Amino acid sequence: MNAQSLKITYPSAGTALLVLNGDWTLDKAQLDWHVLQRDLESRDALREIRLESQALGEWDSRLLTLLQNLCDFVAEREISLDLSTLPDGATRLLNLSHAVPEREGAKRSQKRVSPLNRLGELTLNAWHELLTFNAFVGELILSFGRLLSGRASFRWIDLLRFLQSAGPEALPIVTLIGVLVGAVLAFVGAVQLQMFGAEIYVANLVGLGSVREMGAMMTAIIMAGRTGSAYAAQLGTMQVNDEIDALKTFGISVMDFLVLPRTLALVLMLPLLTIWADVLGIIGGMLVGVLVLDITLLEYLIQTQESMDLGDVAVGLVKSLIFAVVIAMSGCLRGLQSGKNSSAVGNATTSATVTAILLIVIWDAITTILFNQLGI
Amino acid sequence: MAGSQLAETASEEVHIEVSDLTMAYGDFVIQHDLDFTIQRSDIFIIMGGSGCGKSTLLRHLIGLKAPAKGEVIYEGRSLWHLPPVERDGLMRRMGVLYQSGALWTSMTLAENIALPIQEYTTLSAGQIQELVSYKLSLVGLKGFEGYYPSEISGGMQKRAGLARAMALDPELLFFDEPSAGLDPVSARRLDDLILELNQSLGTTIVVVTHELASIFAIGNNSVFLDPESKTMIASGDPKMLLEQSKDPKVRSFLTRGEEETTTMQRGIS
Repeated sequence: MNAQSLKITYPSAGTALLVLNGDWTLDKAQLDWHVLQRDLESRDALREIRLESQALGEWDSRLLTLLQNLCDFVAEREISLDLSTLPDGATRLLNLSHAVPEREGAKRSQKRVSPLNRLGELTLNAWHELLTFNAFVGELILSFGRLLSGRASFRWIDLLRFLQSAGPEALPIVTLIGVLVGAVLAFVGAVQLQMFGAEIYVANLVGLGSVREMGAMMTAIIMAGRTGSAYAAQLGTMQVNDEIDALKTFGISVMDFLVLPRTLALVLMLPLLTIWADVLGIIGGMLVGVLVLDITLLEYLIQTQESMDLGDVAVGLVKSLIFAVVIAMSGCLRGLQSGKNSSAVGNATTSATVTAILLIVIWDAITTILFNQLGI
Repeated sequence: MAGSQLAETASEEVHIEVSDLTMAYGDFVIQHDLDFTIQRSDIFIIMGGSGCGKSTLLRHLIGLKAPAKGEVIYEGRSLWHLPPVERDGLMRRMGVLYQSGALWTSMTLAENIALPIQEYTTLSAGQIQELVSYKLSLVGLKGFEGYYPSEISGGMQKRAGLARAMALDPELLFFDEPSAGLDPVSARRLDDLILELNQSLGTTIVVVTHELASIFAIGNNSVFLDPESKTMIASGDPKMLLEQSKDPKVRSFLTRGEEETTTMQRGIS
């Protein structure tokens, strides 16, 4: 095992002699090509490069990259290169790498794009995205129409499976989050209300807060992360596996067969989960009220009952219906848009969750303002 | 089914005509100026080196991708200018075997094959069951009705995919790289099956492949796509092409590069 070295000598003004010594392997210290290149370039009169490799030890691709650089270097200038002393194997490998010329246009050019250009592209993309989403809503409505007229076809067993996974299987996590959010609301409110000696109004705060807002919103966010992303992953994988194409070639509507049952499952289950979360939110608040604030159970319940009516519950349910459609659509659309490789499926899943949560918050704002203006 | 009789009377009838077709992804042209016809009961081969757009051409033929320019014409009707209902009707009469099989992984083999039948016929569950068993036995998978695609081997998935493609007795079958990933014997058996379907039912068959053995064994018409000039440079019976074509690229492909290397060596010495 010898250390690699490269000696350059210039026997005459037009000739460079490169002497390769020692082992030229990947695990040895590397000689920087640019140093050699600068040295060679500094000789204007250079017409010939000769390689001496009698003392060459072991070699691998490390040597060949150097030779490749040399070949490219002499090809650009009118310099001859003498490689006759190279080991036979190295010469053959070198020839092999030159056997097929670089495909024109194969190398990706890296264009620099101005920020203005990028802004324009982003805007166009956002607009395009909006149009796609609208088209998807349209298709979903048509598909729903076919369902009502009995012409949509999907497997009922699929719908049952989706109902199971979007409903009962989500109960434990919705339960936990529901109780905790109710309790947190109660604590936050209690600190302020205690200053006026009005602890009893914690019941109003928690009741209305859960039923109108937090119940629907928190449940939707959980389901976006749980079910929406699962939809995107399922459809994305089907895309990778050509299963979606197979459906299309049988003339089976992707919308009816895949998107509709998933959307239906969420639309049926999310309001039920929301009611469950509402009740548990109130129970969470009650625990804090009774155990920490010394309000009696009956007082708390009566106060809660007086603070709200069915209209408030309806507000939460309307929201949860909108959220259900939004979650199912983001999941399905992103899944169907997925590219045909594994990282594309990952991106689709992430994107589905992000889109769903974004739209949930936007629609929550819109509906809250709307209900406020309508005085409901 | 009166397939065999039909095949005899209609042997010289144009089934698919591709005229002036240009395929592109956005601005990137894959192939341009494609013109060829597929006769009824042909076994038509789409061949060419890797990355020349064979599978993309297939996607155009089966209506999954719209052409950038030109037409795909089925029995005188342009696929992309038909109203959607009629196009669905046309597409229903073809079966496609995808490279990976593309079975629906959440369903058993029986459910995979039964789905298209349920969709387009009013047969009872029992009758569908019989049909499914028959299709599976055709591809040598009798008894695997209850298996999920992930529980069987790649070759079996491919055969199950074929059974599904044949579910509705299509008059046109497309195969995307049927022998890819199969051992030589299974590949040969699949070729025999293709020939059998063609001869007994008169099915028109379009195969995307670069497997020379298959090409010569089953093909009676073909088109050769070239990735460099981005268009077709030969068409006709592959065996005739081997004998008569003068194009060095076609010759090199059909002889496994042997002629190319000899000319190259001559050039060097």
